Amino acid sequence: MSPNTPAPTGLAEKAATYRSLTAVDSHSRNRQLRSRILRYCLIGAMIIAVLPLVAIVGQVFINGFGTLSWEFLTQVEMPPRREGGGYLQGIVGTVYMVGIATLVAVPLGILGAVYLVEYGRGILPAIIRFFTDVMTGVPSVFVGLFVYAALVRNFSFSTLMGATGLAIMMLPIIVRSSEEMLRLVPPDQRAASLGLGARKWQTITRIVLPYAAPGLTTGAMLAIARAAGETAVLLLTALGSLRLVTALTGQAQSSITLLIYAGAKQPFEAGKERAWAGALLLLAMVFILTFIARLITARARRG
Amino acid sequence: MPKEPARRNETMLTTRRGATRFGDPIFRGVAVISGLSVLVILGLMIAVTIRDAWPAFQYQGIINFFISDEWRSGFSTTPGEFTGEYGAFSFIYGTLITSAIAVVIALPLAIAVALYITRIAPRRLRNTLSYTVELLAAIPSVVYGLWGLLYFAPRVLRPVMDSLTVLAPIPLIGRLFEGPVVTTSYFSAGVVLAIMILPIITAITREVMAQTPREQIDAAYGMGATDLEVIRKVILRVSFPGIVGATMLGLGRAIGETIAVAMLVGGSQRWGVSLFFGGDALAAHIANTFQDAFPETLTALIGIGVVLFVITIIVNMLARVLVWRIGRIAGDASL
Repeated sequence: MSPNTPAPTGLAEKAATYRSLTAVDSHSRNRQLRSRILRYCLIGAMIIAVLPLVAIVGQVFINGFGTLSWEFLTQVEMPPRREGGGYLQGIVGTVYMVGIATLVAVPLGILGAVYLVEYGRGILPAIIRFFTDVMTGVPSVFVGLFVYAALVRNFSFSTLMGATGLAIMMLPIIVRSSEEMLRLVPPDQRAASLGLGARKWQTITRIVLPYAAPGLTTGAMLAIARAAGETAVLLLTALGSLRLVTALTGQAQSSITLLIYAGAKQPFEAGKERAWAGALLLLAMVFILTFIARLITARARRG
Repeated sequence: MPKEPARRNETMLTTRRGATRFGDPIFRGVAVISGLSVLVILGLMIAVTIRDAWPAFQYQGIINFFISDEWRSGFSTTPGEFTGEYGAFSFIYGTLITSAIAVVIALPLAIAVALYITRIAPRRLRNTLSYTVELLAAIPSVVYGLWGLLYFAPRVLRPVMDSLTVLAPIPLIGRLFEGPVVTTSYFSAGVVLAIMILPIITAITREVMAQTPREQIDAAYGMGATDLEVIRKVILRVSFPGIVGATMLGLGRAIGETIAVAMLVGGSQRWGVSLFFGGDALAAHIANTFQDAFPETLTALIGIGVVLFVITIIVNMLARVLVWRIGRIAGDASL
């Protein structure tokens, strides 16, 4: 002990004023109680957060199941006042537009991710990454307005315009998820391929992309699920249609979401019931896609 | 995987030289173009919409476009001629009030759920619980709209709103709760928006909380801190910037949400202080009136789109800067 620290005086008195750590007084009991109250609050919050999911899925199922039939899938929508009929034109339109959008956005998005991971040097990839993230937050109605102003005005509402809008919505999602997946490919795989004399593009197309394939599929499926549930973009680019449309251009196209939107807003019971059935169909599609995507990721992670 | 590459490399050595020699620059070029496509599209979106909205801004005056609350569609079919009044304040107000309601409800709930999942829930339940909450993000917004319009707003929210009007006599904030109550109102849209942005705020908040340094938590417990004290003095303090970022991201989502709000907010062209007023929001107004709009009104609607875009871009950029250093957030709720 150094000479200028005062000697510990009055230890005995101090000990008398201090309490044992294990003694339970009103203060510590209070603290424990507040902590326990918090615990119950958090459990309550968890229950409240799960309720909407149960309520939405339950309501959609209860109201939609009765109307969802073979007829619903194979017949065109009736006037809202009449019963029967179905969402055939919407199903065809959704499959059509989401399909075309996927064909454009998935290769473009994966190649964009290839650039970010395999070629990107300097500040450009950081800029692209940042604005891709920002672009995932661009309101879908704005994307719709853009496609309307740039293209629809000069041509017409059509399947192709709807697909363009959806592709723009899907692109940033696919770029970012693909980038994640490509980063998970071990550098050794690339080095081995290059070492054996493969060129860079061969390494990417034959080693890197196949290795990342399950993850890339997951990202694409999540983007497809997002696109299938999109309404606002289509309202401004495909517009909606009462008939079955198979033309790519020149004719306004319908979708499941547009039919649900129209069905919910009109006053007749029959039309509303079909909207519930359409919502059930859409929800089933989206959940199955999401579920399969998860399954692929889980399996890829294990194997 | 080990078998595949070996076999493929063999074939590679025998491929014709001409094809591989030009392969690299071509492939590189394609990749660069694809990478730039996002920037090009974003740039085009800004340029085209501003160009097309300009006549409306010019006619109304930019300041006036923001602060005037008179929106009267014109019916001129001559290109470039304006006859209506285009002041977007009512819709700006609607967007702000509905998103504010959404954040006020969703943020505390999201923090509580994230805390429950990271701290309290049994370890084997954690993944299932976060997955369940994030499944909310997979539900299409038109389904939220349908459910809100036909079930949730009339059956559940209507009684809630009716009983909240007892708060009306309170000075100042009482005005927010004044009747008359309409079923499709700022409040209905705001509550449904809260459900919609809950998964994204929860996902990021949970991710941020999971990164709290283990030693700090252990140290706090070691000093005798209770769960509450660890949460308040360690976890929330460390996670604060991330939570702000998550909130901004949720706010951006709420501001840009279109269809669900269009179905629930009321659809009038005016605004009111009361939360139970049936007004309209920026994105919702575009969706609600687009189909019947004359050319001049369309120009003004694109103007609304530009305002909406500027607001969401600012909010999103702030959010990304805040969430940036936390790195990539797992889970599709954040996409």
